[in-house]
Amino acid sequence: MKVAVVRFPGSNCDADAWHAAGGAGHAATFVWHRSTDLGGADVVVLPGGFSYGDYLRAGAIARFSPVMRAVEAHARAGGLVLGICNGFQILCEAGLLPGALARNAGLAFVCRWVTIRVDATDTPFTAAYRAGQLLRVPVAHGEGRFVADDPTLDRLERDGRIVFRYVGHNPNGALRDIAGITNEGRNVLGMMPHPERAAESLLGSTDGAALFALAAAGA
Amino acid sequence: MRFRVRIRIMPRAGILDPQGQAVAHALGALGFAGALDARVGRIVECALEAADPSDARDAARRMCERLLANPVTEDFTVDAVEPAE
Repeated sequence: MKVAVVRFPGSNCDADAWHAAGGAGHAATFVWHRSTDLGGADVVVLPGGFSYGDYLRAGAIARFSPVMRAVEAHARAGGLVLGICNGFQILCEAGLLPGALARNAGLAFVCRWVTIRVDATDTPFTAAYRAGQLLRVPVAHGEGRFVADDPTLDRLERDGRIVFRYVGHNPNGALRDIAGITNEGRNVLGMMPHPERAAESLLGSTDGAALFALAAAGA
Repeated sequence: MRFRVRIRIMPRAGILDPQGQAVAHALGALGFAGALDARVGRIVECALEAADPSDARDAARRMCERLLANPVTEDFTVDAVEPAE
């Protein structure tokens, strides 16, 4: 599949995401945030980092970058979009995913390994996992506490759209231990942990590699 | 006419405000025993062109709805609309 990794000013996990997508056998390219053309990509990745220095709120300004109009059109047409960390923040700010990522409850930037559980395997990103499978992946963020009002949280639960939950240790105080969610169409996934940093044994874990297989998307 | 608007954005009541808690804790540690609670938000001052003060206030509200405040976690107030040079 063709994977486009969007680069915003301040993205810093773009090369890692590109590498992980390439490692899964996809043709990965970079797209600058001022572009309005995704180059015919099947999958768009919004990588981690600190777009626009996290000024105002994380993701709040990147969400208005020219490329986001193309990303929104791609998502609304059913195209796959994966937002990792800052990418998740951007997707929430853009309204492509519900809720928001607020400052960590523990006051500190957290950079550590965590365990997450796969709670939804009926997305193109998680089809290669078993329901309930535990993954060891790193987090690195200051604003990762997922918040939404109770009706929104209840709807996410009811519709099986909470894709990943922290297990054992919740690093940021996210409501209902939410580490990643998907949209109604299940084609947009946002997650705070970094699967691209756990995609080969040299990095200490290979648990994130299967996410880039995009098995259910006909790769 | 040119106006200067001052917009106050605060974490919504009921949403955990770790910054505010840290500040309240630090004030307590400094001996400000009366500091029971603190909340930390932000103030944005912006100069803008508008027909009149009411127009300027409307523009400030639209700025908040579109960019300056996140409706999931924050509330905003337009505190001041003043003529600017």
